[in-house]
Amino acid sequence: MDLKEKLVSSFLAFENKGILDLDSSVHSIRTKAIQNFEKEGFPSKKDEEWKYTNLKPLLKHDFSLFSATEKSTGFKNIENYLINDIESYTLIFIDGVFSSFLSDTTHDDCDVCVLSSALNRPKYKMVVDNYFNTIAKNNNSLSELNTAFTKEGAFINIPKNTIVPKPIQILNFSTGSEKEILLQPRNLVVVGENSHVQIIERHQNLSKNTTLTNSVTEIFVHKRAIVDYYKIQNDTENSSLIDSTFVSQKQQSVASVHTYSFGGNITRNNLEFYHEGEHITTNLNGISILNGKQHVDNHTLVNHKFPNCESHELYKGIYADKSTGVFNGKVIVQQEAQKTNAFQQNNNILIDDGASINAKPQLEIFADDVKCSHGCTIGQLDESALFYMQSRGIPKKEAKALLLFAFGNDVVNKIKIPQLKTRITKLIAKNLGVNLGFEL
Amino acid sequence: MSKFTEDDLKKELETKEYEYGFYTNIEADKFPIGLSEEVVIAISKKKNEPEWMTLWRLEAFKIWKEMEEPDWANVNYEKPNFQDISYYSAPVQKKKLDSLDEVDPELLKTFAKLGISIDEQKRLSNVAVDIVIDSVSVATSFKKTLKEKGIIFMPISEAIQEHPELVKKYLGTIVPKTDNFYAALNSAVFSDGSFCYIPKGVTCPMELSTYFRINEGGTGQFERTLVIADEGSYVSYLEGCTAPARDENQLHAAVVELIALDDAEIKYSTVQNWFPGDKEGKGGVYNFVTKRGLCEKNAKISWTQVETGSAVTWKYPSCVLKGDNSVGEFYSIAVTNNHQQADTGTKMIHLGNNTRSTIISKGISAGHSQNSYRGLVQVGARANNARNFSQCDSLLMGNKCGAHTFPYIEAKNKTAQIEHEATTSKIGEDQLFYCNQRGIDTEKAIALIVNGFSKEVLNKLPMEFAVEAQKLLEISLEGSVG
Repeated sequence: MDLKEKLVSSFLAFENKGILDLDSSVHSIRTKAIQNFEKEGFPSKKDEEWKYTNLKPLLKHDFSLFSATEKSTGFKNIENYLINDIESYTLIFIDGVFSSFLSDTTHDDCDVCVLSSALNRPKYKMVVDNYFNTIAKNNNSLSELNTAFTKEGAFINIPKNTIVPKPIQILNFSTGSEKEILLQPRNLVVVGENSHVQIIERHQNLSKNTTLTNSVTEIFVHKRAIVDYYKIQNDTENSSLIDSTFVSQKQQSVASVHTYSFGGNITRNNLEFYHEGEHITTNLNGISILNGKQHVDNHTLVNHKFPNCESHELYKGIYADKSTGVFNGKVIVQQEAQKTNAFQQNNNILIDDGASINAKPQLEIFADDVKCSHGCTIGQLDESALFYMQSRGIPKKEAKALLLFAFGNDVVNKIKIPQLKTRITKLIAKNLGVNLGFEL
Repeated sequence: MSKFTEDDLKKELETKEYEYGFYTNIEADKFPIGLSEEVVIAISKKKNEPEWMTLWRLEAFKIWKEMEEPDWANVNYEKPNFQDISYYSAPVQKKKLDSLDEVDPELLKTFAKLGISIDEQKRLSNVAVDIVIDSVSVATSFKKTLKEKGIIFMPISEAIQEHPELVKKYLGTIVPKTDNFYAALNSAVFSDGSFCYIPKGVTCPMELSTYFRINEGGTGQFERTLVIADEGSYVSYLEGCTAPARDENQLHAAVVELIALDDAEIKYSTVQNWFPGDKEGKGGVYNFVTKRGLCEKNAKISWTQVETGSAVTWKYPSCVLKGDNSVGEFYSIAVTNNHQQADTGTKMIHLGNNTRSTIISKGISAGHSQNSYRGLVQVGARANNARNFSQCDSLLMGNKCGAHTFPYIEAKNKTAQIEHEATTSKIGEDQLFYCNQRGIDTEKAIALIVNGFSKEVLNKLPMEFAVEAQKLLEISLEGSVG
């Protein structure tokens, strides 16, 4: 039985397990989603959007859909993956199950809790009805699949005029209790007017077993709200991630999504922004530093629908060994979106012969009074700069690392949480295999 | 002088007609509509082709039947019905002509209207012209002068008779029959086209030129061009096209193959001005063209195109940089107005070491048109030190048109150096104001600015064409001030 059949046939069992009462509107959303998924199936390389990423070998695995044994893990095991030198709210999921013991939630000024309780409590019915699956739908079969199996994930609901005092960390761990597991976390983030929140998200495999995570996040940013969303992807070589993030922005809001891809088997990031008002700012930043046979595919879309908005996109990639990178950045400027400023930049360095990069920076423009540009480069380290450093006694390896570090630095500089910046800097240094001897 | 207002401009545009939209009443030998194996054989027979050629066509036809029409391009159009087209139409000629004096006077008048008086051209500009009307080559000038140098420049149908070894060796090697839907169709039914061979070490003393015209209604034009530049040779080749204004859509599916052997250089320029349809978007030519060139060691192929016509354009002149140190260039201006749609660009396939490619693409869209750049830069795993620079700029006039960029960049070699940049802009109000202030009216100012925008590409055209192209740009954009 292939994975698709398995998923479709286990849907009923999943529905009947009854964590949700069946009158819930969520029920019909899920049923519809599984129907859509059944129709579409998994994307193949024939799809233009999946031209450079082949899921086939991944789908051959016989994934368990639910963890049979609930396994907890000690704080000691996960400590390293937390950014623990800052105060923060934390939401920790072990094999897709929320661990209240390890987490630190709140309902005081804002709601930082889990989606399963939000789906079940009448108190949140309004929020769920208004937002759940409103921007993720009809996009691709994988997010439909996630919708069908929506069970658990982060639920963050920030009311008006609230500055969340500390960052929120969302961590998904898999313990290897099953040999091969498919996890489908679902996050919903609603940020009210004039509010501000910082969120850090990470997926981590604690064992050598195979995992596939198909995660969907919906983020709603209301008027004048500010959202910073950081994704850290530094997983083991047996872990694959398909992450779809959808952001809907109201007027004068600022949303920034930062993606740091340092590891994993296949990582696919779908990142989509939809504008629902004027004077919106959208920032997309990303660094990919890969080695081995890793594969990262960054697919971004910024859909400008209203006048006077801005988007800034900056993605950098460093590819070593036999790693492959894909960048597909799409910017659409609709007819009404006059005075749009949309900038996109993608720079790549190939370190080794086996590495490759496929880039497709795409612009679709229907309005005339706009400033839009994109730039894409693929190149090497500057030989003369390398020589200069070597001639001054810096070993080649370190010199190279310094140059690469500098190459990625303008993305790192966009991080607004100092502790996170330090962590990312260390991760980069580790990935480049050097001790830089300084911290930022 | 009264002020030239936008309304005046619009009026002028509406009344401005496609200059080349006339139809010449020449008796034509035209096949009944439809496509079948018999038709393919009949075309081949008509051309008196040897058996290998007939078989070649039949094989292509077989392949075509199994293919589906592609729809990935960013254009919308009603798919042509391939059984509604006549696949062969030729001006009736009594016998083979030796000199132009014997050409049908009606034909000569057509050329005069087109602005190509062959006689005049012969004397004034140093250009050898091959004229293809409704898929059949009707006149080739300067044959004798070329012959002295050993250059072969003749209709491809004659080349099949006279130089079968060359045709057999190269035809379909760069654009195979299986390449795509339209290339397969062309391979099966092409009726004529130009053939050009430049021998070793020869620099072609003049520009070679082909003029294409669709005259008959209900016909498709399928021409095939094959240019071979032998080692160390140089040739500059020009191509121009027009068609009468008709309500129905006409199909033009050409294949162009260029082969540049070691150290050779081919410069291929196109000014495409097929009938673009009226301002409602009715009629016009479907231009589905496959153009590709192969560069051997140290060879260079340069494509320059000015695309102003056609209702739908679907065209990607490409370079396969197979030999070490080979160079590929692509300079393009694509102008779309009214309801025109263009999906055009290039492919640069780097296979050899130290290969270089440059892409400069300028898109100008006005009216309700859609203009897309679609390009591929591919660096193979064994192509060391490949270098590419791409630039695609779009200019939008009015907010009902669209400009799109779909660049694909695939690098598999760490020494590859690739740069791609794209910008989209409009003609600035300040720029217009500056010109107005100095007494240049708006219309002229736009022409001036567009000219400046396109200069990089226009400069690459041979002199004779540059002037024409510049005028063409002005005409195409008249009245599109947004």
